Amino acid sequence: MKSLADTALPAPAGPPPPLTVTAEPRPSGRQRAAELLQRQGVLAVLVLLCVISSFLFDSFATLDNTRGVTIQASFLSIVALGMTLVIVTGGIDLSVGSVFALGGVVAAWASQYGFLPALLLPLVVCGAIGAINGLLVAKAGMAPFIVTLASLLGARGLLLALTHEGAKTYLVPRGSAFQKLGGGAVWGFGYPVLIALALFGLGGLLLQRTSFGQALFAVGGSGDAALLMGLPVARTKVLVYTLSGLLAGFAGALNAARLSSGVTIIGVGMELDAISAVVIGGTLLVGGAGSVSGTLWGVLLLGVIQNLINQIGSLNSSYQSVVSGGFLIVVVVAQRYLSAARRGT
Amino acid sequence: MAPPEAAAAQSAPPGPDGPGDPAAPPAPVLEAVGVSKRFPGVVALDDVSFTLRAGEIHALVGENGAGKSTLIKILTGVHRPDEGELRLGGEPVAFHRPHEAQQAGISTIYQEVNLVPLMSVARNIFLGREPRTRLGLVDFRRMHRETAELLGGFGITADPRRPLHTLGIGTQQMVALARAVSVRARVVVMDEPTSSLEPREVETLFRVTGDLHARGISLVYVSHRMDELYRICDRVTVLRDGRLVHTGDLADTDRVRLVSMMLGRELARVRKEAAEGHDDGRTPAAEPVLTATGLSRRHLLDDIGLDLRPGEVLGLGGLLGSGRTETAKALAGALPLDGGEITVGGRRLRRISSAAAIRAGISLLPEDRKAEGIVPGLSVRENIVLAALPRLSRFGFISRRKQDRVVDIFMKRLRIKAAGPEQKVGELSGGNQQKVLLARWLCLEPRVLLLDEPTRGIDVGAKAEVQTLIDELAAEGLAVLLISSELEELVEGADRIVVLRAGSVAGELTGDDVTEGGLLTVLAETAPDAVPQPAPEAGDPPDAPAQAEAEAEAEDAPGAEGEPDGVPDPRKEDPR
Repeated sequence: MKSLADTALPAPAGPPPPLTVTAEPRPSGRQRAAELLQRQGVLAVLVLLCVISSFLFDSFATLDNTRGVTIQASFLSIVALGMTLVIVTGGIDLSVGSVFALGGVVAAWASQYGFLPALLLPLVVCGAIGAINGLLVAKAGMAPFIVTLASLLGARGLLLALTHEGAKTYLVPRGSAFQKLGGGAVWGFGYPVLIALALFGLGGLLLQRTSFGQALFAVGGSGDAALLMGLPVARTKVLVYTLSGLLAGFAGALNAARLSSGVTIIGVGMELDAISAVVIGGTLLVGGAGSVSGTLWGVLLLGVIQNLINQIGSLNSSYQSVVSGGFLIVVVVAQRYLSAARRGT
Repeated sequence: MAPPEAAAAQSAPPGPDGPGDPAAPPAPVLEAVGVSKRFPGVVALDDVSFTLRAGEIHALVGENGAGKSTLIKILTGVHRPDEGELRLGGEPVAFHRPHEAQQAGISTIYQEVNLVPLMSVARNIFLGREPRTRLGLVDFRRMHRETAELLGGFGITADPRRPLHTLGIGTQQMVALARAVSVRARVVVMDEPTSSLEPREVETLFRVTGDLHARGISLVYVSHRMDELYRICDRVTVLRDGRLVHTGDLADTDRVRLVSMMLGRELARVRKEAAEGHDDGRTPAAEPVLTATGLSRRHLLDDIGLDLRPGEVLGLGGLLGSGRTETAKALAGALPLDGGEITVGGRRLRRISSAAAIRAGISLLPEDRKAEGIVPGLSVRENIVLAALPRLSRFGFISRRKQDRVVDIFMKRLRIKAAGPEQKVGELSGGNQQKVLLARWLCLEPRVLLLDEPTRGIDVGAKAEVQTLIDELAAEGLAVLLISSELEELVEGADRIVVLRAGSVAGELTGDDVTEGGLLTVLAETAPDAVPQPAPEAGDPPDAPAQAEAEAEAEDAPGAEGEPDGVPDPRKEDPR
């Protein structure tokens, strides 16, 4: 025992020579393939679907149709971006649909006072709702599901109160700068599409390349570990729900600008579309893993499915939900299988 | 030598060498002074003082519920003390969050790896303090490079980009260590860091701790493994039941005394208590009813063999984490095994599963009766017949008459104090709940009864009753395996004691050797398996095998070339 203790304790200066080398086995080809498929599977499906559709339908692969699909998808994508960040932390934000509608109504009302109020007021209101969600989740330790369900109801109620039970519709002044924000286009691609793309670029940087993004993964991956490692867990949660509220409100304002009015009946069930898109995009619903690019592909996939059902024409557009639902299940099952393959079992 | 109940040092650390010591001890880095912490219903720490000196490796030991984990959590800012204060470099400090303790240079490696499994190795190491590029974005290239350098310094080659969960537990532990060290810590707290490591990895860990020690970093080292403590630690602090029992130089404290302080049995008294005779009038049969051989499970059990004879109570002893509960679970088919055989009544169990074990007549009364046994919302009757329902029913219909008869028999026989068979079990006392559970298994008419801490958490009167009951059951021909952390209970209750250490059998006491003194001696013995076993495929230095052989002289060294290792079930560790 003595001899061992003597050799172990007085350590040499500088890094000690490697005594044991723990070589971890490299991932096998199959594991790598599974990993790639898990990460880029949605994109592959999306591309495949687009290629097939362009052969089946003459009107699919046209510039007009592409413009239509992208503008349709742009609003949901902005909402789903916020949802991605929330889900990465292991949370959920059910309030986004109501907040989206509320943002639109508030923006339409404020548009009579000019461009900036129309843009900023919905951000303030919806950001505040998000912040309240975050504070209740992070500080009061309440379940995100319940908190955001409550604010789903609350935001919808607020919206109805503002519009006299939906009887009053606020219109965006014709020809105003705010209206152009929603209606304008570059090469036929609406401003909302470009804005959404820019936001996804920023969102990707935020999630992958900043400390805040790392903290989101850590909180979702293991909340206890994140706390013990000294990460600002509560602050991260408050911020992520605030971001989600801001993005939903902003998307609502853009939508109001595009429609030139604050429509009260939109956004119902939008939170579920957003969650579907996020999960289809490969983000784990339990948190800890995900990407914003996946979400973008997920939103586009939902949009393309909708578009195809419209192209077929004979099908009721409600079938879109059936197809999307089926697809969601396929994705979740595939994810389970792929995770198992990645672990090499 | 100070008496074990050293008048719990109030503030100043007791000088190990007395006042006449010419060389004053180094200044304390981190102190806890008179710290108390209460949780609802329990006092986790009661006026405990702890001093960590600059550059020392300080062992913190104690059994289940001693308050080690609570003390660590206070030192690292997870909990705040109700009374008393922390001092860092002599200055009072208060940590509100783990982050603040880390800022102050106190890093912690927890027993279960506390990292984020889905994130990469590098991200885990740099989480919360990522290097930035000029644009303020995370600099992954630098992060990966520095991670590789850091791990390389520990002798580990692992791709920094790999998700953490794809690495082995040992490597994960090293990553945690790398993280702890790379924050420029002054103090590193290690809570049972070796509990899930292979012997080879333990060596790497010790090399790193030696390196830290040389760099003047102070370490708090929590472990149940005596060999590790004596090998690397300078001083020791013993806690028991939330109170400080002893602080002093480890070299001045021999093993038996250390164990006796942990377990709360005074050595002098133990030695005086001669074997008081175990003539319970029981005469165990010669043929064992249950024979287990070679029970093995990676990290948990290593080649455990034991047999149980009808009419005897076999005690299973060992310190926390020695594999007692795991052994009982393995016998009951509730722990998947890598190898081993169980024979009951001459018949070998072909597939070891809970169902097979129950069919063969093995019943396990689990340690945690709340989580693994009792259904508090159901009545006494329903709880008793739960396991026996298939026997009491015909074509899926349950005969109430049969049930009532069985329940009546057991309530009388076990003296279950309840208002009636329909009273909810949740309303009964702990002792009576335990008896209800016992009744449930006795309903199945088992041949072997495994009792894991049957008297934990029940009051003294009920305890004596349960102990009497165990004796009676054995006298009726049942083979009983008794696990207890209380030496006294084990010695008085058992005819024979098998002692486990680090997942393998360390010794057996029979006849007149079944005394507390004898048990303590075995518990404190040098474990032969603490010696590094050179793995054949690893390029270990040539002198290691020689040392291993030199150390293998220690008596009974079962399965010396296996992977002896013991993992204390994390759930069993201080529940506070």
